[in-house]
Amino acid sequence: MPEHEINPSKWIDLYSDYLFNYTITRVNDRDLAQDLVQDTFLAALKSMKNFKGEASERTWLISILKRKIIDHYRKINSNKGKAEVRITYSDDESEGDWLEERIADPFDKTAEDTMQNSELGDAILNCLSKLPEKQAEVFRMKTMEGQETEVICNELNITASNLWVIIHRARTAMADCLKENWF
Amino acid sequence: MSSKVKIFVPCEEANHVCDKSQYKEASLWEKIKLNLHLIYCKACRKYSKNNKKLSHSIKISKVKCLDKKCKDAMKKEFEKALKDQLK
Repeated sequence: MPEHEINPSKWIDLYSDYLFNYTITRVNDRDLAQDLVQDTFLAALKSMKNFKGEASERTWLISILKRKIIDHYRKINSNKGKAEVRITYSDDESEGDWLEERIADPFDKTAEDTMQNSELGDAILNCLSKLPEKQAEVFRMKTMEGQETEVICNELNITASNLWVIIHRARTAMADCLKENWF
Repeated sequence: MSSKVKIFVPCEEANHVCDKSQYKEASLWEKIKLNLHLIYCKACRKYSKNNKKLSHSIKISKVKCLDKKCKDAMKKEFEKALKDQLK
């Protein structure tokens, strides 16, 4: 009996933000990142029977996404006809002997700060996924996308005071959750 | 403005202003009232502190999310693929 079940119908709700965030720190282009995430979901769907349930769904999806990102860099490098592959000759820690696995991660340069920030990002998204759907949505629109109160109200058909109540609950929950997991 | 100006606000309102100020939507007068409230209210001071911390964390983490439109589009396509798969 595998430890982890697979349930594609929930993938997008559960993982798209996480995958997107993972991608955007690596490719730095919204549209492209979105395409890559989309491709990942479709590819995952096709190879669903290969999912053995040893890792969690998310880990599995990330491993597919990684290949997609690498493929993308390989493609643009060959297009330009110049090798921009920056090799950081790495220590034993890095797995794999393939050249592609040694492509310089943009993260390498700024080291710890950025790394910590990306972990913080993961923690935030994790907490966000624990909120009730409505709260999460409003919070996301308001805080991360920085949309105007009015726009959100119109789109979701709620009143301003309603929105602030939701925001308040979401912020309280987020602060508590992060306090446990991060601060 | 009415003859009686409210200076002391209840906690609910203070929290509301605090939330608003996280998005830079609180007016100067509201902020004054909030700060006055914070002087004597420990619970709200705590909330305020956590709230600021949360805003700061989100800012430095540079979390980016997909907006709803993208997600819906993605879902549509994905569901189509899912149906094809099951055929």
